[in-house]
Amino acid sequence: MNAHAILMEAVWVMIGTIGDIPRQGSRRVQNGSMRIAVFRTLDDRIFAIEDRCPHKNGPLSEGIVHDGCVTCPLHNWVISLETGEAQGADQGRTPTFPVRLENQNIYLSLTPTTPAR
Amino acid sequence: MRRFFVFTFKGVHMNSKTEKLVIIGNGMAPGRMLEHLLEQAPDRYRIVIFNAEPRVNYDRIMLSPVLSGEKTYEQIVIHGDGWYIDHGITLYKGHRVTSIDRNERTVTSDHGVVESYDKLVIATGSMPFILPVPGSDLPGVLTYRDLDDVNAMLLAAQSRERAVVIGGGLLGLEAAAGLAERGMEVTVLHVMPTLMERQLDPAAGYLLQKAVEERGIRVICKANTKAIVGQGKVEGVALEDGTLVPASLVVMAVGIRPNATLAKEIGLAVNRGIVVDVGMRTSDGNIFALGECAEVDGTVYGLVAPLYEMARVAAARLAGDAKPQFVHSDTPTKLKVTGIDLYSLGDFAESEDREEIVLRDAAAGIYKRLVLQDNRIVGTVLYGDTADGPWFNDLKKKRIDVSAMRDTLIFGQGYQGGAPLDPLATVAALPDDAEICGCNGVCKGKISSTITSMGLTSLEEVRAHTKASNSCGTCTGLVEQLMTLALGDSYHAQTVPPVCSCTELGHDEVRRLIKAKNLKSIPAVMQELQWKTSCGCAKCRPALNYYLVCDWPDEYADDYQSRFINERVHANIQKDGTYSVVPRMWGGMTSSKELRAIADVVDKFSIPAVKVTGGQRIDMLGIRKEDLPAVWADLGEAGFVSGQAYAKGLRTVKTCVGTDWCRFGTQDSTGLGIRIEKFMWGSWTPAKLKMAVSGCPRNCAEATCKDIGVICVDSGFEIHFAGAAGLDIKGTEVLGLVKTEDEALEHIVALTQMYREQGRYLERIYKWARRIGLEEIRRQIMTDADKRKAFFERFVFSQKFAQVDPWSERVSGKDKHEFQPMAIVHKEAAE
Ligand code: SRM
Ligand SMILES: Cc1cc2nc3c(=O)[nH]c(=O)nc-3n(C[C@H](O)[C@H](O)[C@H](O)COP(=O)(O)OP(=O)(O)OC[C@H]3O[C@@H](n4cnc5c(N)ncnc54)[C@H](O)[C@@H]3O)c2cc1C
Ligand code: SF4
Ligand code: FES
Repeated sequence: MNAHAILMEAVWVMIGTIGDIPRQGSRRVQNGSMRIAVFRTLDDRIFAIEDRCPHKNGPLSEGIVHDGCVTCPLHNWVISLETGEAQGADQGRTPTFPVRLENQNIYLSLTPTTPAR
Repeated sequence: MRRFFVFTFKGVHMNSKTEKLVIIGNGMAPGRMLEHLLEQAPDRYRIVIFNAEPRVNYDRIMLSPVLSGEKTYEQIVIHGDGWYIDHGITLYKGHRVTSIDRNERTVTSDHGVVESYDKLVIATGSMPFILPVPGSDLPGVLTYRDLDDVNAMLLAAQSRERAVVIGGGLLGLEAAAGLAERGMEVTVLHVMPTLMERQLDPAAGYLLQKAVEERGIRVICKANTKAIVGQGKVEGVALEDGTLVPASLVVMAVGIRPNATLAKEIGLAVNRGIVVDVGMRTSDGNIFALGECAEVDGTVYGLVAPLYEMARVAAARLAGDAKPQFVHSDTPTKLKVTGIDLYSLGDFAESEDREEIVLRDAAAGIYKRLVLQDNRIVGTVLYGDTADGPWFNDLKKKRIDVSAMRDTLIFGQGYQGGAPLDPLATVAALPDDAEICGCNGVCKGKISSTITSMGLTSLEEVRAHTKASNSCGTCTGLVEQLMTLALGDSYHAQTVPPVCSCTELGHDEVRRLIKAKNLKSIPAVMQELQWKTSCGCAKCRPALNYYLVCDWPDEYADDYQSRFINERVHANIQKDGTYSVVPRMWGGMTSSKELRAIADVVDKFSIPAVKVTGGQRIDMLGIRKEDLPAVWADLGEAGFVSGQAYAKGLRTVKTCVGTDWCRFGTQDSTGLGIRIEKFMWGSWTPAKLKMAVSGCPRNCAEATCKDIGVICVDSGFEIHFAGAAGLDIKGTEVLGLVKTEDEALEHIVALTQMYREQGRYLERIYKWARRIGLEEIRRQIMTDADKRKAFFERFVFSQKFAQVDPWSERVSGKDKHEFQPMAIVHKEAAE
């Protein structure tokens, strides 16, 4: 297994602190050519999902955050931050990434928990 | 322990019910019949119903709103399970009656249930017609008749693939609109040259086609379906001319046939439908038929109004009253597609002895046609503005000689005898016997008198007691106007839809309570007004944020997480995630210095596109988010501020060259436009606000389709408002004439503030004005000087906090996090 693969599988990357993200807001992490959106909910839960709406690739990091979901800024699909699944009648899924919060620090794993659909 | 069981039967005295009534079919007609019967002879029959559909009685005509998502099935149920229990009625759901024995007087269902009857009612409705073409039985081919069809369509719509609707009549178009609303790509195939040709003449059919196409629905007329193709399931529709229209769902809405099979089998007289007399009796004296399966006087019906008339007659006959007879009347057809207003009534075929009056207003999308015979209306087609439908219907029904008002007839009731009436006055002027609710045949007098005599105060009550607006709902507005007439200001429309699914309250109620309860933050509103979700949704949060910004300009801390992205980062998001930037060019004026600064910015940041907008300024498109602050910094240096092209707030004030240059100019329109824009920029409004000032009535700045516009004239400034030129096109209304520029500014600002304080979020000024009434607005702004001054002052106060250039704030570091990634990970680093 080469180093790259190891990084992909095991490494938790420290990306910043919880204070870097506004409540009900989001920041982006650039991962090579991929963008990951890291969200902070009203009750300070942290989620990371690819910054790409399953509908037409809208930047989810720009959406409005509510109840563990984000509403895409382009055509208002609602995506669950926890599962990456589109809610309601819409169908599709955005990959999600594991995050860990230790003290104030946010650690992100680059191996998606769920693949896209 | 001993237990006592006590049985009580609510209004049900088992023993007194001597006769047994069996009903086949539980649709809208027998449902209505039972309501009448239970009123007139509650104790006469023991009632048993068989329904092939596995459910209670629901409002079939509201299936389209269920399909489009505007309503749920629960909301359209007419009689819930409890109703049958309360009335001691046995309902066999999912039982299709397969045979009737007239000698034994029994019916048998497909599940083997046998019931005997004294009186039998057949109400089996209609069956959708299926085109006899190859492939019509493939999976994925549906009809549109009942809830199962709707559910099947909703399932298919999840794919968001292509759908074909065969049939451009009422049902087909409603199905198409619903499917498009659900995200499918829809094509309507219609065999005739124009849509809804049975109800509309070709001109109106053409307008309708345009409106349907504007919703992204493709329409192919003169389309002859040859076959439905696909392997194992639908893949497309093949037309006679060789065209193939791909589709994963095909809905056939090509017509209905009365469902008279059972009746035929047992030897009742059957023509197109089951033949009944004017008392709804079939050729067997113990058997009645009503609804779409019945044929009276050679006619079968397909709209609920006549079926309800049948229900009234049948109920009376069953209750023992032999007098009531079915009388034919024409029923207006209306299309229940939100945003398309269409009304058709009677007969409008051309012939020698007929004349017609036609009004066309292409700009406003209005078409009206009256067909007269012997100076009497025999047919009406209204498209775009259907407000006068009931009046024309009334004239037609009463066969009134219209020769005296022939010249003004087409303009509607409001124009008879001078000045146009406002909508409320139009309704007030209708005679008492004018029909308001076509479906249920309820006239104005009945509604007004029931409201007063029973002391009704809510729309639900009026619906319950009069049935008006209880079916297709298109007359709800009229009924509410009658309530306003009867109850005055104490009536507030109860049907206002809630802000979103997080609350039951409507926008007006929320706005009122924010003030009344001194609520000054979003969490406070949600707490006090009992929001159902923990932190709202993307619909209510931006609305609440606006209301709070407007109501407490000095105290409320704007919640940027509750703003849409454009307002959060002060630029317009594009489909690829880049942004566009539009700086203000006051009144559309610019200079070489400004243009040079723009040119430099475009070069420096390699901005891919530069465009002159429809709002007299320049748009730079395709800017990367990270670059925004630097772009703004350079623009700011040249003196530019944000054009708020993204805001629910003041956008542009367009101007023409006016007295500065133009030989026709009467006032300094450019100067006034710039003055207004400089005074008002930065203000937030319920929806976007666009203005224009033209120097003379030639109106080169297009002021008469703006939210607020000014037409300069020699004697001063004519202020206009409530225009639109976007999704709707609407010319402005005149607010009034003022003499000086100062007065013009004061009136415009006061009008804006009134709208800011009363508008519902995302409601443009023309919609707000329609709701409040033009007269009322004129009174508060033109006539009541104190009110006007107070509005003006409040606007000026709020500008102190609003007129801050958001770009320069961000250049100096505000919301920096918005524009920078949080981290950049290089996977390669570990290799
Ligand atoms: C840039 C511009 C088109 C152009 O290239 O000329 C434009 C671009 C957009 N318009 Fe517009 N409208 C532009 C003038 C207009 C006009 C003409 C005018 O203002 O005189 C109208 C019709 C007038 C009216 O509003 O009544 C117009 C009616 C709309 C509508 C329909 C609004 C309605 O209530 O009916 C929308 C949709 C909406 O707001 O929901 C819209 C929405 C949009 C959006 C914001 C769509 C979106 O959500 O992304 C577009 C943003 C593009 C961008 O990023 O810049 N745009 N839009 C014009 C900018 C004017 C400006 O300088 O600010
Ligand atoms: C989508 C849609 C939109 C419409 N929009 C409008 C509108 O805007 N305005 C308007 O006036 N009209 C409208 N209509 C027409 C209106 O709904 C009908 O005219 C009305 O519902 C007919 O009532 P009915 O009682 O005769 O039959 P139905 O309501 O059709 O009821 C017949 C019932 O009998 C059952 N049945 C049939 N055979 C048997 C059997 N052998 N045993 C037991 N049960 C049986 C069927 O399952 C069905 O439930 C619309 C119809 C549809 C489908
Ligand atoms: S008309 Fe306006 S909203 Fe539509 S594409 Fe053009 S700019 Fe965009
Ligand atoms: S791209 Fe997200 S809703 Fe369309």
